[in-house]
Amino acid sequence: MSTVVRAHGLSKCYGTQRVVDGIDLAVHEGECFGLLGPNGAGKTTTLRMLLGMTPPNGGELTVLGYPIPEQARQMRHLLGVVPQQDDLDPEFSVVENLLTYASYFGLHGSEIGQRIEALLDFASLRQKASERIDALSGGMKRRLAMARALVNDPRLVILDEPTTGLDPQARQLIWQRLRALLNEGRTLILTTHYMDEAQRLCDRLAIMDRGRILDVGSPSELITRHIEPHVVEVHGEGVERWREQQNGHNLMRSELVGETLFCYTDRERELVESLCGHDGLQYLSRHATLEDVFLKLTGRDLRE
Amino acid sequence: MMPLLRSFIALRWIAVWQRNGRVWRKLAGPALLGNIGEPLLYLVALGFGLGALVGEVEGVDYLTFLASGFVCASVMNTASFEGIYSAYTCMAVQETWTAMLHTPLDVHDILIGEAMWAATKALLSALFIIIVAAFLGAVEGMLALAVLPVALLSGVTFAAMALVVTAVSRSYDFFLYYFTLLLTPMLLFSGVFFPVEGMPQWLQQLAQLLPLSHAIELVRPLMLGEIPQGIALHLLMLCGYGLLALLLAARLIQRRLHR
Ligand SMILES: Nc1ncnc2c1ncn2[C@@H]1O[C@H](COP(=O)(O)OP(=O)(O)O)[C@@H](O)[C@H]1O
Ligand SMILES: [Mg+2]
Repeated sequence: MSTVVRAHGLSKCYGTQRVVDGIDLAVHEGECFGLLGPNGAGKTTTLRMLLGMTPPNGGELTVLGYPIPEQARQMRHLLGVVPQQDDLDPEFSVVENLLTYASYFGLHGSEIGQRIEALLDFASLRQKASERIDALSGGMKRRLAMARALVNDPRLVILDEPTTGLDPQARQLIWQRLRALLNEGRTLILTTHYMDEAQRLCDRLAIMDRGRILDVGSPSELITRHIEPHVVEVHGEGVERWREQQNGHNLMRSELVGETLFCYTDRERELVESLCGHDGLQYLSRHATLEDVFLKLTGRDLRE
Repeated sequence: MMPLLRSFIALRWIAVWQRNGRVWRKLAGPALLGNIGEPLLYLVALGFGLGALVGEVEGVDYLTFLASGFVCASVMNTASFEGIYSAYTCMAVQETWTAMLHTPLDVHDILIGEAMWAATKALLSALFIIIVAAFLGAVEGMLALAVLPVALLSGVTFAAMALVVTAVSRSYDFFLYYFTLLLTPMLLFSGVFFPVEGMPQWLQQLAQLLPLSHAIELVRPLMLGEIPQGIALHLLMLCGYGLLALLLAARLIQRRLHR
């Protein structure tokens, strides 16, 4: 298995702010790699460095075997990019957008014709082929941006928050298409702050906060590494009293967030039994998720 | 300078030029009207109206004198508008340049493509005015066709200057400075409407620094079927301004987009 992205000590400063602070990355061929982090974590800046859009202040970086940013142009022949903000050409129809973007890769006319047909199907936009961009919904635009990123048949596709701002149906469709890309053997790197998206799509992910990578692994690895297998969420009258009673039983690690007590445990049955008879208390018992790991690692304070 | 030259030779910029051409074809109607209709109205009105008062200027009737000035003014305006409004919209509003930078295109390819496109539009507007001027009897001989390469070169120069302004601009309002402080004085003091010889010595010397003056000194004799004097100097000035502006614009846009 070859390595598609290799970064060592990669850094970026804006003024005195270290936006990306010496991160190491290794992304393998054919996997879906996620960068998961709150707003301002440095995800977009990291991606921009991979693309050769932002010159790093320090560290080493190769993408698809090319040193970046020195040989970014050669690398971009093999790369597809779906940016966070739509940058489709509003003057053009769907097909014209694809044709024009293909021309930036030096692809013209008949050689690209068939590919564009296939991409219209891929994006389910055949009906809209000659519509202008402003006639498309948000989900359609995002699918067009994905199709556009594939005109050059890239080995690596980089997506910055591919489903942010889309409704649940539209997100499902995007996920399905991303899985199709993985089945074709392409490597995907995406950023997200949606836990379900990360858990569902990513083979491995890096949890990022304040410019640093806190841990890397598959979703299940991260969960077993950082958190007890079960979570019991308890709320209601007398929750604090109940919590004090549990001290000394060593059944759980707990954290009060607002009105809800999050109890992390590997003895979930005993814990639930101890809740019986406390009429004021309501609880929800569930498996630990990536979100629990994420909140443990990045904290619960609000990021804006 | 080398990256600029290499990019020019590699011809990747043609994709940018074609993209702009494709956009233009969609909006060609109103664009043509604005770029070409307006100067023509002025040419006819001023040429005949003022011409009746002024009589001959530098040995030709006023309409003829004005026609060559208008060719150059139209080149300047067309290239500047393109380098400012269209380019700024692509760069800052629609993120078109960012999308291009995600492909094998780089800042130099984009810059040359934009400048060449603006120059192409400038060339078209020059051609249109020459044709109409010919119908009005204000063009002598086939040497007038030599105006076209001059128009293209001047178009690149004015577009490159506009792209420098675009590169540092934070909003559309900023462009008013450029229009008021540079383009309007250039239009008034370079000999478009009247010979510069009528102005005070110091003003004439200042006018010699303006690229539009040099475009006019090439175009005016050519429109009358004569070989211009001091061709080398005029070409040097136009090329010099153009090249400096391209280099500066490349630097500034690089810094802005690759931050
Ligand atoms: N061009 C820039 N100039 C100054 N600060 C920037 C710039 N780009 C990003 N930042 C800052 O860097 C931090 C990380 O941004 P970003 O990489 O966009 O985070 P994310 O994508 O994870 O939300 C933010 O605090 C942001 O304000
Ligand atoms: Mg971001």
